Amino acid sequence: MLRTARLLGAISRRSGRGGGTALPGLLVERVAPGLVSDLSASLPHGNILVTGTNGKTTTARLIAALLQHAGLRVVHNRAGSNLLRGIAAALVQGTAAGNDRGIGLFEVDEATLPAAVGLVRPRLMVLLNLFRDQLDRYGEVDTVAQHWRSALTALPAGSGVVLNADDPFVASLGRGFPGPVTYFGLDDPGAALREREAAADFVECPACRLPYDYTLTFYGHLGHYRCQNCGSGRPEPQVRATSAHNNGPAGTAITVQTPGNTVTVNLPLPGLYNAYNLLAALATGAALQLPEAGAAAAIESVRSAFGRGERFQFEGRPVVMLLIKNPVGANQVLRTIRDEPGDKNVMIALNDLTADGEDISWIWDVDFEQLAGTTGAVVTSGRRAADMALRLKYAGWFETHRRDDAGVTRPTVLPDLEQALRTALYQLPSGATLYLLPTYTAMLALRRILSRLGMVRPFWETEG
Amino acid sequence: MKLRLAHLYPDHMNLYGDRGNVLCLQARCRWRGIDLEVVRLGLGDPFNAAAYDLVFIGGGPDREQVRVAQDLTEVKGRALKEAVEAGVALLAVCGGYQLLGHHYRPAAGPDLPGLGVFDAYTEHPGPAAKRCIGNLVAQRNGMMLVGFENHGGRTYLGPGSTPLATVERGFGNNGRDRTEGACYRNAFGTYLHGSFLPKNHRFTDHLLGIALERRGVRDLLTPLDDTLEERAQVAARKLALEPRKRFPWSDQM
Repeated sequence: MLRTARLLGAISRRSGRGGGTALPGLLVERVAPGLVSDLSASLPHGNILVTGTNGKTTTARLIAALLQHAGLRVVHNRAGSNLLRGIAAALVQGTAAGNDRGIGLFEVDEATLPAAVGLVRPRLMVLLNLFRDQLDRYGEVDTVAQHWRSALTALPAGSGVVLNADDPFVASLGRGFPGPVTYFGLDDPGAALREREAAADFVECPACRLPYDYTLTFYGHLGHYRCQNCGSGRPEPQVRATSAHNNGPAGTAITVQTPGNTVTVNLPLPGLYNAYNLLAALATGAALQLPEAGAAAAIESVRSAFGRGERFQFEGRPVVMLLIKNPVGANQVLRTIRDEPGDKNVMIALNDLTADGEDISWIWDVDFEQLAGTTGAVVTSGRRAADMALRLKYAGWFETHRRDDAGVTRPTVLPDLEQALRTALYQLPSGATLYLLPTYTAMLALRRILSRLGMVRPFWETEG
Repeated sequence: MKLRLAHLYPDHMNLYGDRGNVLCLQARCRWRGIDLEVVRLGLGDPFNAAAYDLVFIGGGPDREQVRVAQDLTEVKGRALKEAVEAGVALLAVCGGYQLLGHHYRPAAGPDLPGLGVFDAYTEHPGPAAKRCIGNLVAQRNGMMLVGFENHGGRTYLGPGSTPLATVERGFGNNGRDRTEGACYRNAFGTYLHGSFLPKNHRFTDHLLGIALERRGVRDLLTPLDDTLEERAQVAARKLALEPRKRFPWSDQM
C-alpha cells in the first residue's frame, strides 16, 4: 500500500501532470484511512498543525526552518496541498526512513481542521487569522469559527495553542483553554492603517454584542481592540513585534520580543502579512522552547513559497508572482505593490475552479482602487478574465492613466493563461516590474508554463 | 444633478461582494455627470421615506439577519414601505430580499417576521438540505441576468409579486418553479450576486432610469461604453452553461 502510493507520486511527477503531492494522498485517504493516524503517531516529536485563512504555507515554511535549525527532521506537506490527502501524502513519503528526530508539521485548510485534529492528535496548534474566504466552499466565517472551537476541545490533554492576539476571533479561542497558550501580536503603531478596509469583517464583543473599539488597525480586522462595555479585548502577546519596517523589494525588517530575547529579522518577504507569519513562527518556537540562537539566520534563508512573492527574471526584467485568493489577502498584496518603487505592469489571472472558489464576488470586496492610476499595461486572464477587467474598470484603473496621453486605456483581456503571460512579458518595458497576481489554480498553471519557458523550476523540485 | 442612495445595514449585510453593487451605481452615475450620494444606515438609524431616490440592501449571515429583521420591522419598516409605495427604486439581494418577504423560516429557531414588501415567503428546508449554490442565468423579457447564487432558504411568490426573471440555469427562488427574484412596483429582490449590478448593466441602468424619471430628468441616462460589461456577461453565461465535470483530485494540481 505504502509502496503503491509512493510509486504513484513518482509517476504523477514524472508525467508532468503536477507535483504528485495530492494523488498518492488521495489513494491513502480512500484505501487506508487509519494510516494517517498510525503514521503521524509514529513521529517521536509529535505533530504541529497550522491553519488560518491567510499565511499557512509561508508560516509553515518559517516554522520548518526553525525546526530544522533545532536539529529536527520535518515531515511537512510543503507543496501547499493542505487538504487531508496532502497530509497523507507527506506522511507516506516522509516516514519512510527510520526517523528518530521526526516531527510532523502540517498546514491544514480552515474547514479540514476538526478532521485533522482527530487524525493527527497534534501537540501544538497554530491559528493565524480568520477572514472571509470562499463562502461557497467554507460557509460563513461564523461556521468556520464554530469548527475551530470544536477542534480545540478535541485536542489531546496538555496540547498547546499559538494564537494571534490581534485577531479577535482567534484570540477569543484562548479564553478558558486548559492548555498552554502563546499569543503573538504587532505593537508598532507606525504600521497601522488610518481607516479600516472595506473587506474587514464586522467584529464585536461576543458577550456584549457591541462593536469593538479599535485603537490601531493593521489590516482586515487585525489590530488593537477593546470592548467599551465589559473591557475585554486584545490579550497581551508574549511574542510581539515592536517594529515592522517595509524595505520594499528587499523584504521587511522586524524587531521581535520573545519571553527571553529581542531579535531583529530581515525577512526576505514583503508586506505586513508576512510580519505576522514571522511572529507566528517565532511564537511557535517559543511554545516549543526551540533554541533562539541562530533562529533569525535560519529564517532569513527561507525562500518564498511558490507563488507567494516569488521573483524571477524575463530577459533581465523582474517578474514577481503574488497569490491572491480572498479580499483581505489581496488587499495586502496590493498594498505591498503600491509601496514598491518603479514602473509596474500588472497581470491578474482569475479562475473560478473549486480550489479558487467558484464564486468570484470576492473581487468586489478587494480595494483595487488603491492601485488606480499607478499601473502601466494591464492584462487580465483566467476563466474569469472579463469579470476581472470589469472590476478594474469600476476601480478606476482605466479612467485616468499615467502613461497614456489620451487619458484612457483598456485592459488586454485574454482568458488563455499562456497567451496572456506571453503578452504581459513582451509588453514589459525595461526598467519596469511585472506583477503576476493569480488565484490558486491559475498560479499552478502559470508556474507550469513558466517552468516550460525555463523561468522557474517545477515546484516539486524546489520543495525538497 | 444629485441622487441619494440609502445603503441599508452596510456593516451587517455585506456578504458576497455586495459592495460592488454600490460601486457600480456610483460609477455609472459619475460617468454621466450625476452625483450619487451614498448614505449608510445601520441598526437604529431612522429611515426618511422622502429622502432617497434609491435603496440597497445586501445579504448577511444568519446571525445578523435576526437583528436586521427586528430593526427593519421596528425602526425602518413603516417609512421604507411608504417609500416603496411612492415608487422608490429598491434593490434587495439574497438575505435582504428574504427579509422583505412576509417571513423567513431559518434552518433552526423561530420564524423571522419580514417586512412584506414582496408577496413572498422564504423557508429553509432544514440543516440537512443542500444549499442552492452555483452560477445562475435568468431571462427577464429579453434582458439577460447573470450571477452567482448561494442560499439555503427557498422563496415562494404569492400573487401580489411578479418574478424578476425566469431561470435558464441554476436554482433561482426555490429550484422548482423556475422563477428568480421578485418585483413589486419599483422594488426588486434577487438571489443574484457576483456582484449583481456590474455584469447586468442594463438592469443597473433600468434602476437609475427609474430614479431619474421620478426627478423628471430621464434624459440624463446617456449611453456608456459597455464593451467590458457585455463581454463579462456573455462569458459568465457561457461558463454557467458549461457541463460540470470534476475529478476529486483536479483542484490540487
